[in-house]
Amino acid sequence: MSELLEVANLGKRFGGFVALDNIALSVRAGERLGLIGPNGSGKSTLVNCICGTLRNEQGSVRFDGRVIDSLPAHRRTRLGLARSFQLPRPFVSLSLMDNVRIPLLYTVAARGGRHAGAAIDDHCHRLLREVGLEAKAGALPRDLTQVEMRKLELARAMAAEPKLLIADEAMAGLTHSEIEDILALLVRLNEQGVTVILIEHIMRAVMSFSRRLVVLVSGRKIADGPPEEVMRDPEVERAYLGQ
Amino acid sequence: MRTIPFLIVCLAVGAAVFAGAIASGNDYLFFAGYVVMQYIVLATAWNILGGYCGYVNFGTAGFFGIGAYVTVAIHQWHPLPIPLLVVLGGAVSAVIGYGMGYLTLRLRGAFFAIATLALAVVLETLVVNWDYVGGSRGAYIVRPEAIAPFGSYIRYMFMIMMLLAIAALTVARLIERSRLGYGLATIRDDELAAEAAGVPTLRLKLIATTISGALMGMAGAPFPYYIGYLQPDSTFGFDYAVNAIAMSVIGGTTSWVGPLIGAVLLGSLQQLATVTISSAVNLLIVGLLLVFFVIVAPNGILGLIHKYWQHKSDDFVGRRRVDLAAAAAAPAPDGAPGAPP
Repeated sequence: MSELLEVANLGKRFGGFVALDNIALSVRAGERLGLIGPNGSGKSTLVNCICGTLRNEQGSVRFDGRVIDSLPAHRRTRLGLARSFQLPRPFVSLSLMDNVRIPLLYTVAARGGRHAGAAIDDHCHRLLREVGLEAKAGALPRDLTQVEMRKLELARAMAAEPKLLIADEAMAGLTHSEIEDILALLVRLNEQGVTVILIEHIMRAVMSFSRRLVVLVSGRKIADGPPEEVMRDPEVERAYLGQ
Repeated sequence: MRTIPFLIVCLAVGAAVFAGAIASGNDYLFFAGYVVMQYIVLATAWNILGGYCGYVNFGTAGFFGIGAYVTVAIHQWHPLPIPLLVVLGGAVSAVIGYGMGYLTLRLRGAFFAIATLALAVVLETLVVNWDYVGGSRGAYIVRPEAIAPFGSYIRYMFMIMMLLAIAALTVARLIERSRLGYGLATIRDDELAAEAAGVPTLRLKLIATTISGALMGMAGAPFPYYIGYLQPDSTFGFDYAVNAIAMSVIGGTTSWVGPLIGAVLLGSLQQLATVTISSAVNLLIVGLLLVFFVIVAPNGILGLIHKYWQHKSDDFVGRRRVDLAAAAAAPAPDGAPGAPP
């Protein structure tokens, strides 16, 4: 398998605060990677730098064989890099249908995957059904619960038909069975060839999903390897579990 | 409704209005109607950027003034027919709109509004110091008394402005229902999320400022012939900006119908007040109505109608929900979305 994502020497500061310090990370196509770390360790900043929401001052990001540092976020999405936001950011004036329609119109169509109007409607329904929101297809995001918004966030990321999906805490606040549903969904996507990076605090979910685990602490990567091994690492135990 | 039938209906309504005004035998109706039509264009143009995209532009007068002064500049050199002037004024305003967008669209909220306000001031200063178009003294343009086959010139100008209004409404309506319209709505809602969904936000915003600027310039191009004496102070006046915003907000910003309703209502009211009381009352009317609507109906008249309609049609909405639930229960086609091609 080839490297899909390669992050080299990535650095990001906010004023005097070093949010990311020399991060190196490579992800092969088809991988299931878990990314964990305490609050404020730089997980979301890393995602933002990879996806172009923030610009990294140092280092570079390669995706699918090309350096994407200078590309704006929407170009990265078109290349196949989709993410969900940690705090859901739905398009509040658009119905759920239209929320997932946007990536289809702007990403899938831009890649040449032309959809006719009715086909797009079907596709939107299918995406919402995947996350269990089809009954609310016509509703506005303000009618959703926080949990449903997370599902919508995931459906919108999936709609871009990514090669790499980064799920940023998509499961916070979900019930046991809902977590199972989302995990099954992510596994299914992965089996179809989508590489998935899962950022999560819920260890049960991370451990059952990930084939590889990366730990960030205070902007540095302190561990990278098979999940069981990483969790036995004394440094991880000390830093992450606070022992 | 498709675009062609929509245009036909608009033209039919326009023809009826025109015929009605002629039948009244009072040419003043054309003078007043011209201003109302002009405001339909300005409010619709403002709404393309302000309503659809969420960027509040205070520079309406700037673009309007460019259109007007392009006409003056050309008139000093050689008088051209008004439709041609409209195209030229629109083209220059489009270029300025693009430039303004490029310089200011990285700003958001109040900062963008301030930048556009500054644009109007800068443009006015330029014109004041440009002798060729009259500078601060202003410019006189004597319009012909009559033109065949319309009879008086004002009828001809009214018709041009009405056609412009129809064109502006058609453009706004097309945008609203297109991919561009969806894209602009995502920018209004959340720019970061829009980028993440693949929407090229900067490009769409530039398209919106360019179209919006062009339409405002087109509305301004015939103005010197209407007013006869053009002066920088009033041409770049703040009233245009305030009126365009107020009309859109009062009508409702989410659809092309909003600015139309707002402009017809507020524009007519202002014309009525000018004749019966005084033109100074105009801004008071705008101010009071704006305060009233912001408090009582923040989504404008459209919002009120929508609310009323929703209330009435709860039944229908309920049935729709059931339909969707039934669709959800239907057998799912296999193969999850999201797989790369």
